[in-house]
Amino acid sequence: MTGAALLVLADGRFPAGGYAHSGGMEAAVASRSVHDAASLAAFCRGRLHTAGLTAAGLAAAAAAGHDPLMLDGAADARTPAPAVRAAARRLGRQLLRAARATWPSPDLDLLARSRPQGVHQPVVLGATARTAGLAPLDAARCAAYESAAGPATAAVRLLGLDPLDATALLARIAGEVDDVARAATDAASRVTADGVGALPAASAPLLDIIGERHAARTVRLFAS
Amino acid sequence: MHLDHSTTLPHHHSHSAEPVRPDGSRRALRVGLGGPVGSGKTAAVAALCRTLRDRLSIAVVTNDIYTREDAEFLRREAVLSPERIAAVETGACPHTAIRDDISANLEAVEQLERTLRPLDLILVESGGDNLTATFSRGLVDTQVFVIDVASGDDIPRKGGPGITTADLLVVNKTDLAPHVGADLDTMAADARRQRGPLPVAFISLATTGGIGPVADWLTERLTAWHARGTA
Ligand SMILES: Nc1nc2c(ncn2[C@@H]2O[C@H](COP(=O)(O)OP(=O)(O)O)[C@@H](O)[C@H]2O)c(=O)[nH]1
Ligand SMILES: [Mg+2]
Repeated sequence: MTGAALLVLADGRFPAGGYAHSGGMEAAVASRSVHDAASLAAFCRGRLHTAGLTAAGLAAAAAAGHDPLMLDGAADARTPAPAVRAAARRLGRQLLRAARATWPSPDLDLLARSRPQGVHQPVVLGATARTAGLAPLDAARCAAYESAAGPATAAVRLLGLDPLDATALLARIAGEVDDVARAATDAASRVTADGVGALPAASAPLLDIIGERHAARTVRLFAS
Repeated sequence: MHLDHSTTLPHHHSHSAEPVRPDGSRRALRVGLGGPVGSGKTAAVAALCRTLRDRLSIAVVTNDIYTREDAEFLRREAVLSPERIAAVETGACPHTAIRDDISANLEAVEQLERTLRPLDLILVESGGDNLTATFSRGLVDTQVFVIDVASGDDIPRKGGPGITTADLLVVNKTDLAPHVGADLDTMAADARRQRGPLPVAFISLATTGGIGPVADWLTERLTAWHARGTA
């Protein structure tokens, strides 16, 4: 286990395509539901406790060594909106490319071969963390943090918000990110006994709806 | 867990960088077209396609900043059949998409290679950015930087990575030079000072056959690429 590997994986500059996705933020800005620092905080906390928790559970389970293809099915079942699903697979493909070059491993090569169309990003994240020698809690933390940090960064670009406000927000909810990561890791530790049904399945219908709406727009900055 | 694998770096950083694939077939030459917004990148892509499409199998990736306008322009102009044109979103960071995090562009390129095999040439047009935006060598094999005379004849003097290091510098819209008071001789001298022996083409895409010098340069690069692939 090496702590610095976690920093490499969690670094926003890790070249896995995330910068082109807003996690629903562009659609939320378009509908004016996010327009300032306060509404940004509400959006990010909402995403953390729903999509973020679900992603963290999948990531922890993959990092614990559970079958990524089984987890990919579980991710599909937890992602009803086709546009959101497509974005998750696309990000998964891109992360897997970066991960194979960064931490070469037969497990990751096999995963790429078995699902050329891509595996959900949180599952790839967990499998990558495992290859990098990281623990399930690390993978869960990464997924939970990214679920809030992705849209926060996008909001800075979309609204011209003060970047220091966005960063302060992420620091303020760090405790919640840890709580979500721990709950997700606990759930993942029950998969051996109880199956993937033990994993969180929190969803945010509004994120699904605006995700679909975004995919239909012709003028947009972000892919999702 | 292999935290300690050999210290040599993996060669397959993009998993598709070698000119010849394991099965012996050659992948397409990947050419980046960068430069500021409005300098004529899309016009150059369209003209290249029209000039070369009868001889070569071509595909295009566009990196529009916030619309799919470039891709749609190329489709509307029917320079290639629609399945040969792919658009990539750049999250308000056009330079990131071609340099710091090339994953979405690489995906688009590989997808085109897979569905349109065999391809000879893939043109990747950047979303248009400042003078520092260049393509990663992991994404393209060679790159063209397109500026125009109407944005100021001091641009070559200012330099920057695009001007100084691109494999070909294109100075477009020479037809406008008399109207905007641009001094082409000064631009040429400045470009030579910045670029040493690297080539510069002064063109006007508003003129019939204006793309000629760029098409010729590209054809030479393709010949060199093929020689490399069979060596
Ligand atoms: N006068 C003149 N206009 C040009 C020339 N090349 C392109 N344009 C025009 O310049 C504008 C921007 O060109 P475009 O290819 O879209 O630029 P891009 O943003 O770099 O892709 C369009 O209206 C073109 O028709 C040229 O050589 N001369
Ligand atoms: Mg263009």
